[in-house]
Amino acid sequence: MVATPQKPAYKVIGTRPVRPDGVDKVTGRAAYGADVVLEGMLFGSVLRSPHAHARIKRIDTSKALALPGVKAIITNADFPAQESGTLDLGEGSANPKWLVDNVLAGDKVLYHGHAVAAVAAVDWHTAEEALGLIDVEYELLPFVINVREAMLDAAPILHHDLRTNVRARNVDTPKDRETNVAMHMRVEKGDLAAGFAEADIVIEREFTTSQFHQGYIEPQNGTAHWNHDGQITVWTSTQGAFSVRDQVATLLNQPVARIKVVPMEIGGGFGGKIPVYLEPVAALLSKKTGHPLKMWMSREAVFQATGPTSATWNRVKIGAKRDGTLVAADVSLCFAAGAYPGSAVGAGVLCALAPYAIPNQRIDGFDVVTNTPKTAAYRAPGAPAAEYAVEATVDEIARALDMDPLDLRLKNAPEEGDTNSSGAPWPRIGAKAVITAIKESAHYNSEIQGDNVGRGIALGFWFNGGMESSSSVAVNPDGSVSLILGSTDIGGTRASLAMQLAEALGVPYEAIKPQVVDTDSIGYTAVTGGSRTTFAGGWVAYDLGQEIRKRLTERAARIWGVDISTVTYHDDAMITGTDKDGKEQRFTFEEICRRLPSTGGHIAVSAMSRRNTAGPAYAGHIADVKVDRETGKVTVLRYTAVQDVGTAIHPSYVEGQIQGGAAQGIGMALQEEYWYDDQGHLRNGSFLDYRMPVANDLQPIEVILVEVPNPGHPFGVRGVGEVPIVPPQAAIRNALRDAIGVNFYHTPVTPTRILDELLPRA
Amino acid sequence: MQALRYARATSIDEAMRMLQEGGETARVLAGGTDVIVQARERRRVIGLFVDIKHIPEVMALEYDPQRGLRIGSAVPLYRVYGDANVQRVYPALRAAAHVIGGKAIQGRASLGGNLSNASPAADSIPTMMASEAVAEIAGPNGRRDVRVNEFCTGPGRNVLQPGEFVVTLRFPQPAPHTGQAWERFIPRNEMDIAVVNAACALTLSGDTVTAARIAIGAVAPTAIMVPAAAEALVGRRLTDDTIAAAGAAAKDAAIPIEDMRGTVRQRKHLADVLVQRVVRAAAEKARGN
Amino acid sequence: MATSERLVITATINGDERTFLADSRDSLLEALRERLDLKGVKEGCNNGNCGACAVILDGRLVNSCCVMAAEIEGSRVETVEGLAGPEALHPLQQCFLEGAALQCGICTPGFLMSSKALLAENPAPTDEEVRFWLAGNLCRCTGYDKIIEAVQAAAEQMRAQK
Repeated sequence: MVATPQKPAYKVIGTRPVRPDGVDKVTGRAAYGADVVLEGMLFGSVLRSPHAHARIKRIDTSKALALPGVKAIITNADFPAQESGTLDLGEGSANPKWLVDNVLAGDKVLYHGHAVAAVAAVDWHTAEEALGLIDVEYELLPFVINVREAMLDAAPILHHDLRTNVRARNVDTPKDRETNVAMHMRVEKGDLAAGFAEADIVIEREFTTSQFHQGYIEPQNGTAHWNHDGQITVWTSTQGAFSVRDQVATLLNQPVARIKVVPMEIGGGFGGKIPVYLEPVAALLSKKTGHPLKMWMSREAVFQATGPTSATWNRVKIGAKRDGTLVAADVSLCFAAGAYPGSAVGAGVLCALAPYAIPNQRIDGFDVVTNTPKTAAYRAPGAPAAEYAVEATVDEIARALDMDPLDLRLKNAPEEGDTNSSGAPWPRIGAKAVITAIKESAHYNSEIQGDNVGRGIALGFWFNGGMESSSSVAVNPDGSVSLILGSTDIGGTRASLAMQLAEALGVPYEAIKPQVVDTDSIGYTAVTGGSRTTFAGGWVAYDLGQEIRKRLTERAARIWGVDISTVTYHDDAMITGTDKDGKEQRFTFEEICRRLPSTGGHIAVSAMSRRNTAGPAYAGHIADVKVDRETGKVTVLRYTAVQDVGTAIHPSYVEGQIQGGAAQGIGMALQEEYWYDDQGHLRNGSFLDYRMPVANDLQPIEVILVEVPNPGHPFGVRGVGEVPIVPPQAAIRNALRDAIGVNFYHTPVTPTRILDELLPRA
Repeated sequence: MQALRYARATSIDEAMRMLQEGGETARVLAGGTDVIVQARERRRVIGLFVDIKHIPEVMALEYDPQRGLRIGSAVPLYRVYGDANVQRVYPALRAAAHVIGGKAIQGRASLGGNLSNASPAADSIPTMMASEAVAEIAGPNGRRDVRVNEFCTGPGRNVLQPGEFVVTLRFPQPAPHTGQAWERFIPRNEMDIAVVNAACALTLSGDTVTAARIAIGAVAPTAIMVPAAAEALVGRRLTDDTIAAAGAAAKDAAIPIEDMRGTVRQRKHLADVLVQRVVRAAAEKARGN
Repeated sequence: MATSERLVITATINGDERTFLADSRDSLLEALRERLDLKGVKEGCNNGNCGACAVILDGRLVNSCCVMAAEIEGSRVETVEGLAGPEALHPLQQCFLEGAALQCGICTPGFLMSSKALLAENPAPTDEEVRFWLAGNLCRCTGYDKIIEAVQAAAEQMRAQK
């Protein structure tokens, strides 16, 4: 259902064609990273730490190397030494020293599952068997899993050279002693004390969230060939081929000119397939053996060693006037970064209060290292935990004021010209449009009936990204147009970008032939992440479309022997004018394309775009739940996701993004979490015990698309992929409050936690 | 996958010979949904798989109103829950078999495998215990019978001696006016390990319980019978109070651990809740039989 | 230490009799992918919990990671590569494509095989039955709705063809 009708009369945008990569994906022919086969290919496998924190005293590989079929073994010592620094990953950044130590542990292992050594062998059975023959001597160290405990003065220290990077004024956070707090940042505006003084009520609450995993179904993989001429080719399933190129170049101390990254089809990422894990290891093993080599992770390794979200500990204090005006907010967010600094707390800080126009506010963020896997981006990284805490607190304010929770939100929603937390004015945003659409929705206006049944709502916000994208276009004599893309396609961007080029040119979608290519074949393109690809790639497609229109117009003018100003390229791709004899002339797109070779040659153009006008995304979700008080089981009875999508290029794919994001958020709300035992071992590193929703856990997720076009994009595009994961935790938590009268302060709200509240205390 | 060999047996004798030759790391391969994963993840040392699925007896499913039900140990679950007699006479068994793993697991997994794997949380074991099922075991010293409620000796451990394996599971014909029910609690709606499961077989004379067998799983090192729960019912009329007493007995009998799937308090509480539910459901069925 | 063996296995794969060399340690998943180059069979978890490797073995849906390659001697195996005919896609494939029932596509082969097995057994399932049957197949991109709709659309087409 599309709620906002006033839209330009697009011909291609808003239709639902099939995806160019679709047939290959339903026939099994699509080639993902693990499907690479190369002549003489070896197989690699990684030995992982059985401990949460330990010093590596000795690694003896002699027995493993003696196993027939084993070709090489590498450890951290085989990588060039790295200095501390900053390497841009696209959605976040990394210190090369920490990155290489994460790829293969340096002097210490910092989490259960941390990679320690890697084997190359003639087949995967032999590689795996060799792992059992590597002898590692560890000295066990005290460990810390919990973010709150890691911040204590007495906590075990992960990195003795780490000092707190204080990005806040007037705070007394120490900067000169050993700590696990890697960063303290603060964003503030207005006068906090004055704001709270104005408030009639103040509610202060504390929240924690567990660690969640992206849960992509395709495990990480990496294949590499270090050729004898020094050229390195990497095949991998990644969100950013250029990001992989740059990371591999840095870790191997090689110029980027020597590295070509071939992006394979990618089986899900959600932010988790930006950092490298196996690619540089495969490259080094290839160098050592002289053969191409393929590696892929077990599912357990994916859970143990690839980027989950931060576990978080957050405090929210909000003051409101009796009429519901929110006047002051004080928020503190503590995010576990995992073994190395770099959680998404910064984004959490900027998103936390974005659904509200609160004049006086202060948000503190702390980035804290813990003996858990290094976190990675996960769909709106940082926002779900931060906004969950705020949305839960706002719900309690609505109850305290006896106000409709939606009216309270509408009263305080920001609009164009209001300032965000860092004081910058909002562009045109859809916050109020989303709330209004919820208010008018059939779901919100339906009755809920029965005992232990409740309804909750929550808002969500995400900035969306811009960043760099490159594309090339070649116009073919048959009227088809090749579109060469640098963005890896994770959820349908070949289709959404081809549609925008088709719209820009006025040709059918089927005329565009999109293709994702390697890093030697296209200009720099940032990661597929930050909900940026359809936005930024769409800008490039639009720019390329304009350039082709211009060139074809020039060509027609030359053919007709007239000045270009007398020739018109119409939006249906018809070119009209009057030739030098005064005769009216016209070319269809196909006709002029057919004339290209004989009238001056083919047309091919390239373009790059780096625009910072990505339109922010607002979402609001409605959840109806039912609780079985005897077992603590929650059934989601009905779920609706409302979202400002700017312009829905391919509505089915937009709905799919929203349904998928909401499903992940529902998993976070109710059933997914990392579970560590008292040894700091991750015990549920499997799809059996890390409980992602299965098909019959969910009811249909109804989607209402609100279209408030982004003025910063030629087709009004806003990113749509990330924000739908933000509201579910609070929407369901607020629904549970409505159903059983209990406020929960931790997600997920598992049956165990519900029973803890409902059962009489022992 | 650890280094191992594969052998296919076509008779019980051949299987026993292969198991003996394979020594203590030889293991029977039925549906493989547990044991193949254990071999891959090196949770058991396995040097030889003896595939028994080509032995007719272990793949047979027979029902006779006098002798009851015989299910070959390797009969896949889809045949168990799809069988009309199982559905009619052993509805609790049908219910468990229908939700163990997903459909792709049910195409392979078997009752013999579920039992021999001896997981404390195995979904089929409490219902087999409540239905007085007997495991027929073949071994170097011939055949022997072991009641299912005496089969498991600890997590992953059972009474099988080297060279022995389960050939058939025998379920007696339930007495008239007997009802059976099985339930489990899992956080998801499928594809999950039971936090607690429970089964009940109950015989009624009018409103009075004349016999009851109650078993619970995932609350002790093995699934356990709860005689005290049965005693709370036998000889009494079914009332909210007697049913609550049975639940309380199950709660007392439960000695669970805390792990990622549940806490002690939660499991003891669920043992109570689920036992009450299966008693009510079994009584409902008994009244119809 | 235990040893493994080289095995010569003959089985009918997507209708054709094939003979191949395998290791006695190979799972059916590994044999299909690495020995027979049927890379449409996907590894998602390798322990029976995601369904990405689902194939149909002698008419039954199985996870190929939980089957030993040696077991398929003399058996029939159907994989996603055998679904489409020379002229057209299978209705399930066509409906997944048109109904946007896939995003990244890694789980799609497993869902297609699982759905095929469902419709063979129950040509007119309810949505609840589809969701129950497909509970062994994880999808992380779609939230399942468009998959359920695509299966129902295909079921309708297949009923009409009969």
